[in-house]
Amino acid sequence: MVVETATRTMTYQQAITEALRIAMHEDPTVILLGEDIAGGAMVDHLINDDAWGGPMGVTKGLVQEFGRNRILDTPITEAGFIGAAVGAATTGLRPVAELMFVDFFGCCMDQIYDQGAKFRYMFGGKAKCPVTIRTQIGAGMSAAGQHSGCHYSVFTHMPGIKCVIPSTPADAKGLLLSAIRDDDLVMFFENKVLYGTKGEVPEGNEGIPLGVADIKREGADVTVVAISRMVNQALAAAQTLADEGIDVEIVDPRTLSPLDDKTILTSVAKTHRLVIVDEDNPRCSMATDIAAMVADRGFDTLDAPIKLVTAPHTPVPFSPPLEQFYVPSPERIADAVRQIA
Amino acid sequence: MSVVETSGAVAIDRAALLDMYERMTQIRVFEDLAGKNFAAGLVPGFVHLYAGEEAVAVGVCSQLTDNDFITSTHRGHGHCIAKGVDIAGMVAELMGKSTGICKGKGGSMHIADVEKGMLGANGIVGGGIPLACGAALTAKTLGTGGVAVCFFGDGAANQGTFHEGLNLAAIWNLPVVFVCENNGYAESTPVRYHCSASDIANRASAYEIPGVVVDGLDVFAVYEAASEAIARARRGDGPSLLEAKTYRFYGHFQGDQVTYRTSDELETFKKRDPIIALRAAIVARGLATDADFNAIDTRVHQLLDDAWIAAKAAAFPAPEEALTDVYVTY
Repeated sequence: MVVETATRTMTYQQAITEALRIAMHEDPTVILLGEDIAGGAMVDHLINDDAWGGPMGVTKGLVQEFGRNRILDTPITEAGFIGAAVGAATTGLRPVAELMFVDFFGCCMDQIYDQGAKFRYMFGGKAKCPVTIRTQIGAGMSAAGQHSGCHYSVFTHMPGIKCVIPSTPADAKGLLLSAIRDDDLVMFFENKVLYGTKGEVPEGNEGIPLGVADIKREGADVTVVAISRMVNQALAAAQTLADEGIDVEIVDPRTLSPLDDKTILTSVAKTHRLVIVDEDNPRCSMATDIAAMVADRGFDTLDAPIKLVTAPHTPVPFSPPLEQFYVPSPERIADAVRQIA
Repeated sequence: MSVVETSGAVAIDRAALLDMYERMTQIRVFEDLAGKNFAAGLVPGFVHLYAGEEAVAVGVCSQLTDNDFITSTHRGHGHCIAKGVDIAGMVAELMGKSTGICKGKGGSMHIADVEKGMLGANGIVGGGIPLACGAALTAKTLGTGGVAVCFFGDGAANQGTFHEGLNLAAIWNLPVVFVCENNGYAESTPVRYHCSASDIANRASAYEIPGVVVDGLDVFAVYEAASEAIARARRGDGPSLLEAKTYRFYGHFQGDQVTYRTSDELETFKKRDPIIALRAAIVARGLATDADFNAIDTRVHQLLDDAWIAAKAAAFPAPEEALTDVYVTY
């Protein structure tokens, strides 16, 4: 029996805000902290109001509802507040920290990977670190070299970190709820270009389990594994290819660690062809990682070489034509599919 | 900034004094045996010994409960013992045995026991400072009445996390006590070279929090200064920085040839051994006799001897254990 859940159309950004609100209502130990997540701290007329609600407005309105004791504006001090979130998580809170742009990980990586991610293991399973670090990724807004990277492969490489990366509003809500409820350190990657995209989002408190991929389009001819915004690029390519008689299946991993390799292998076993689309830089990336996994464990099911469509191995450029060249386009994806279809 | 002289005026009762003596002796014997057994090849990896600095850990932690949290350093055995972590489990952890406090997955530099409020020794210099702010944030947010104490060395005072942590604790008025154990050397580099401040406690003034220098070889001075700072944190009046001027009797790590300091300097500090000084102070007040101390010493040696015998006899973890405890599931 399929239980119908009521849905509403909302943006990716609104879906994230809704998940934060639900998590804060259901668990009084959930706090939010980050730079300008309310904004205007200690400004007289903003005592119970926000100036910004985060640079993109994702946390707007929450301070009115939960107060400044649970919505903590921090100084620009990434090592300090990410570390404080990790320490708070280990001692009884369930913090959601906002690292404004993933590119800033260089300022706080020790606290993430050397502290929080390793506690459970180094301490013999006797510690937990239920912290979620939300962060913006992605090119497409001419934010240039230090505010546009993806870098999720860096975190996926490190044991102890769960990496969650929604492509739709519904996934953003359900996965963020599961991330916050999870007892491990979770990196939650929000693509800044997706904030305004709309989709149907279920009502209610249901989380989407971590480690379960989603087939965003069923097809018989070629499997395209696409991550984050690249799901939309792949869907656009699939539309074009359908007119040419090529039926594409699009697999969205949704979490990179743990990775649902079974769903990827099952799809490849059906289509016998694989294209991987990844906006991250190509060396030591999710694209190469998934390709290696399929070559290792699904080689016999392949009828063609695996094709990778990625950003080039450069920082993200500023100028719009350069940036458009940088981001994998539907045209490049379609070309890659045609080569092996 | 104020300097607390050795006053001996603080009221500590006999039982508490003898308990402090016993803890300090446990640390000393633990470290002496760790050094000896490291040299004998029984302890893999890196070992950094705390002998000489016992008055700091015990002077502070004797005023804490399991409801209070501490963060520690690579030189963390003393903090663990002072906070009540099981000594037999610590010895087994040094050897990498399955009976270790972290099941052999942490080793000397990562001994932790969250139930005891011990958030881990830490292999990253300055790594524990933001974590202590987080533990204090938990205490403040949940209203537990607990405080966080953050131990770190003079070397960590030059890390960004020191400055970020002090600022964060100050603006959020967190119940945290920063305890800088200035033993004169960051690894092999003297503090007079590596630090711009003649007293690291001076740096508290930049964050407008109290900064106090104490004689870290005098457990009474440490106790008195920590008492004030802990009370201040518990009252909700915010963080403090204590700088304990102390000394390590061993090198930075076992195997260090210690060519960067003179034997005269070492002997000068050994004459001020904090355990001998505490014992003399207790005797001078007529609170205990040599027989009392001998009984304690015998008990401590027995405890440590038994711990090493048990650790040597214990099994190493099965290799497959390497694959557990990395995530909740997965």
